[in-house]
Amino acid sequence: MTTTIHVRGLTKRYGEVQAVGGLDLDIHTGEVFAILGPNGAGKSTTVEILEGYRKRDAGEVSVLGVDPGQATTAWRARVGIVLQTANDAAELTVRETVRHFARYYPDSKDPDEVIDKVGLSEKAGARIRQLSGGQRRRVDVALGIVGRPELLFLDEPTTGFDPEARRQFWDLIRSLSAEGTTIVLTTHYLDEAEALADRVAVIAKGRIVAEGTPGTLGGRATASARVTWADGHAETDTPTALVRTLADKYDGEIPGLQVVRPSLEDIYLDLIGDAQ
Amino acid sequence: MTATLTIGLARASLETKLFFRQRDAVIFTFSFPIILLVLFGSIFEGDLEGTGITVAQLYSAGLIGAGVMGVAFQNLAIGIAIDRDDGTLKRLAGTPMPRAAYFVGKLVSSLVLSAIEVALLLAVAVLLFDLELPTDVTRWATLVWVLTLGLAGAALLGIAVSSLPRNAKSAAAVVSMPYVLLQFISGVYIPFTELPSWLNDVAALFPLKWMCQGLRSVFLGDAGAALELTGSYELPKVALVLGLWLVGGLVLCLATFRWTNRGES
Repeated sequence: MTTTIHVRGLTKRYGEVQAVGGLDLDIHTGEVFAILGPNGAGKSTTVEILEGYRKRDAGEVSVLGVDPGQATTAWRARVGIVLQTANDAAELTVRETVRHFARYYPDSKDPDEVIDKVGLSEKAGARIRQLSGGQRRRVDVALGIVGRPELLFLDEPTTGFDPEARRQFWDLIRSLSAEGTTIVLTTHYLDEAEALADRVAVIAKGRIVAEGTPGTLGGRATASARVTWADGHAETDTPTALVRTLADKYDGEIPGLQVVRPSLEDIYLDLIGDAQ
Repeated sequence: MTATLTIGLARASLETKLFFRQRDAVIFTFSFPIILLVLFGSIFEGDLEGTGITVAQLYSAGLIGAGVMGVAFQNLAIGIAIDRDDGTLKRLAGTPMPRAAYFVGKLVSSLVLSAIEVALLLAVAVLLFDLELPTDVTRWATLVWVLTLGLAGAALLGIAVSSLPRNAKSAAAVVSMPYVLLQFISGVYIPFTELPSWLNDVAALFPLKWMCQGLRSVFLGDAGAALELTGSYELPKVALVLGLWLVGGLVLCLATFRWTNRGES
């Protein structure tokens, strides 16, 4: 397994505020990695250092084998960035914009194919100003991937989307991942992380407080389950045994049966709570 | 280097296209000096101290300078402040675009817009106010070098000033003030003979006064030289000061330019 992003002891201060305090992180080639954390936890600062936008105070950072603090044009051509807020180029059409950005890259994809891939073929001739929020974000993704990046950063890509647009967006991310692109995603939506990410890290107070697959994060897989039925409820580490006992007792269907493991959101809120 | 130039020219065409698609900005940027020219030319009639030069001709020369500065300084500085605010600059900084290509794009599109502005102002001045176009090659050559140097200096100053406003909303106010002040002290609206000498000294520090002086040499001819403070158009000095601004503006740009809003880096 090769490593695309390698971080050790990353530190960044803004005046008196310690934004990132000794953060370690490894992101493997080809995986979808989600970074979760409350606002002000150091999430954006960390990602912007990885993207080469901000200087760090201390620590060791390598992205695609290069220190992003010394980013070169050649390195930029291998990295795609989809920013959180961009309202630029409103009076250009989708096609004009994607074609123009394709010129920046040595080995760009065909602009029309990219537009098709993000599902905007019908809007290719429309001015960006006329697009909906979700379509606008698809343009951002198109600009992020037109240079055929090995690594793609997505900063809270589906904020403000309706549920259907989010599902479509997720399909787009999955298809990029299937092509082998390493994807680093920051998000506030835990269901999004669960749906897309191979691995998840939770940042709080400038450090990683938990890291793992969405299913095992923070001991989720081994946490006790809550079993509820018509006449009672119980917390148990062996829900299957309990359900078997209940099934015998009721001799068939158990009325009102529910078996619930803690959701990613429960685990996340616990982790954030502990860190504060 | 070639990549910077080709991408820079592609950006220039994109920037020019963007400008013309914002119809309100197009109308106001181009019409402002034209309206002023028509206004002043109609209000102040008559000759200047028996030189055979009309006030309208004097204003034509001044407003061409102001018009070029409006495009190259004001429009450019506000445009960059908006680019910084709406994510254009941040997005570009994240691509392999050579950073110099952004400035090539801005300068070349300012050059195109300025050329259109000058042509419009000249047409109005010739048609309505009997401005005589130069007949000899030397004067045309002077027009070209004064405008080119003046535009480049004003544009670099515009790029430097674009870092002053905190965001796009304050940009128009922050950028317009120095532009309007410079017009008043640089002999565009008020004859410099009516200004106290210290104000003339202040104006002499900035490129607009020198650009207008060079333009007067082109359009008012030898008869107008007597109206200058020193009795001469001082063309070598015009070239020197505009050239110094070019160098100084470049240094200032490199030292102050920010790719993000203040407090974001």
